[in-house]
Amino acid sequence: MKNILFLIFLFVVFFAKSTFALIEIDITRGNLNPLPIAVSPLHVESKSSEILQEIKVGSEISKIIENNLLRSGLFNPLEKDSFVQKPDIAHLKPRFEDWKLIKAQALITGKVNITNDKLRIEFRLWDILAAKELMALAFTTVPNNWRRVAHIITDKIYKRLTGEEGYFDTRIIYVAEKGPKNQRIKRLAIMDQDGANTKYLTLGNELVLTPRFNPTNQMVTYMSYFRNLPRVYLLDIETGVQEVVGDFAGMTFAPRFSPDGKKIIMSFAKDGNSDIFTMDLETRVVERITEHPAIDTSPSYSPDGKYICFNSDRSGYQQIYVMRSDGSDVKRITFGQGIYGTPVWSPRGDLIAFTKMYQGKFYIGVMRTDGSGERLLTENYYQEAPSWSPNGRVLIFYRETKSGSQGEGFSATLWSIDLTGYNERLIETLTDASDPSWSSLLSK
Amino acid sequence: MLLRYSLRNILLIIMAALILSACAAKTTKKIETQTTQITGDTYTGDETVKYLATGVPDRVFFATNKSVLTTASRDTLRKQAAWLRENKSINVTVEGHADERGTREYNLALGERRANAAKDYLMTYGISGNRISTISYGKERPVNSGSGPLAWSQNRRSVTVKAN
Repeated sequence: MKNILFLIFLFVVFFAKSTFALIEIDITRGNLNPLPIAVSPLHVESKSSEILQEIKVGSEISKIIENNLLRSGLFNPLEKDSFVQKPDIAHLKPRFEDWKLIKAQALITGKVNITNDKLRIEFRLWDILAAKELMALAFTTVPNNWRRVAHIITDKIYKRLTGEEGYFDTRIIYVAEKGPKNQRIKRLAIMDQDGANTKYLTLGNELVLTPRFNPTNQMVTYMSYFRNLPRVYLLDIETGVQEVVGDFAGMTFAPRFSPDGKKIIMSFAKDGNSDIFTMDLETRVVERITEHPAIDTSPSYSPDGKYICFNSDRSGYQQIYVMRSDGSDVKRITFGQGIYGTPVWSPRGDLIAFTKMYQGKFYIGVMRTDGSGERLLTENYYQEAPSWSPNGRVLIFYRETKSGSQGEGFSATLWSIDLTGYNERLIETLTDASDPSWSSLLSK
Repeated sequence: MLLRYSLRNILLIIMAALILSACAAKTTKKIETQTTQITGDTYTGDETVKYLATGVPDRVFFATNKSVLTTASRDTLRKQAAWLRENKSINVTVEGHADERGTREYNLALGERRANAAKDYLMTYGISGNRISTISYGKERPVNSGSGPLAWSQNRRSVTVKAN
């Protein structure tokens, strides 16, 4: 895995820094007018002997880029049938008037070849209205790494046109579910953010819940009922090695990493009371953060590591609180109607996403870190547990449906929604799914 | 044409009325059985109850978001304590559960709190804490897979099971 992931070499062919771009996307508003963009199939260089494989890769890469751009909600990829120029000629120098005719504002062209088991992919981004090249890059990698190259290219395009980091070269870890509702079989699963490359990391012999990525590497923390002892575990997804986190005489749950990836913060339940603890992964030192007879759980660090948000029922019902990372200066921040859970600090630091329960409905929302400016993004029968995209623009969460007394009609699915409240989308998974967690960008 | 149209409408209205009244009859009946089984917010029926021994129910039920033992729950737990005193070789696990209308992590904590509420009560009636372990399943193991007040009330429970 590792060698594949890191075999990407970036050749900067030409970076048009000086170009004044007319196209830019304001992603802070709800995107009611997605940018029309033409993604030309990548031209295949014919001298290679592995031409068939290349043709497939060339068109597949353009499809993945197109699909990524479409799902972002910020772009409107145009029908390829309307393209007037051949991919190879367009890649050399597009005839801008032709692309203007089909209302494209941006154009992506590229070419691909395989030599000596190396896949070389080149792409260019063109501003049609300004009749200029905005960006040109080439990548060389092992051939079966082509999907990742497509995601990396999308990230480059996204960043060039929106001014913000992308989130396409990322993965989602989640719980894959099957079986009857009262005897659900749950396995850890991981997939690319577009749903491709699903892999199962556990066999389903024991109940597993709430996996979360380490923001700095490929480690995961989750909760498992292995041997009927519900505990927080640490899993290296590259080696498959896993271990219990700490030596607690009771249930540990609701784990998350600190932003530097060096600590795990979680709840420990003993004698009917749940409090928040951290464990340093290097020194193994365990620290108590809260001490209160109420339930304190779902802790999440601010990106600078200085604060922790969590939910507690110390007021009688679940509400969201913020404290310093040493547990001092605890402040309740939610005072709206309803009850609040699963606070998650945005990677940008300015917002906290949460689940709200009010009058029998479940909402995913965001608020500022002092609790002001609450905005509910989506309402449903049941939904919870938002997780941020690494650029802080998109939330992923899960929904469950109502079921009959035999569990009929029950389903669990992953969804994403933009911070703006627009662009709500089902994330397709091979099985029912819950508890999604978004990784950091795999390549920066 | 107009006549035929209105006739069809009248027919539709009659059919709809019939269906509605049938539904109404069915729901009132269902609500009746539910209200007899739920007091306040706590399940008081015995549909899902199993028995550790004759006359010793295995579970107690809780109100939404609560872990307070009701009078009926304490009665059940005193029976369990008496049975445990007579059967000194038996150890038990108290499993705490929550309904599906909460966040997963909070429900894990709530299930643990409920299991311990039952355990504490058994201990005040003389059962050694060494004989009672607890585990929370949160909302993960409903006994009734439905989505409605009755199912939820049956799922908010702690269940005492033999551990050996």
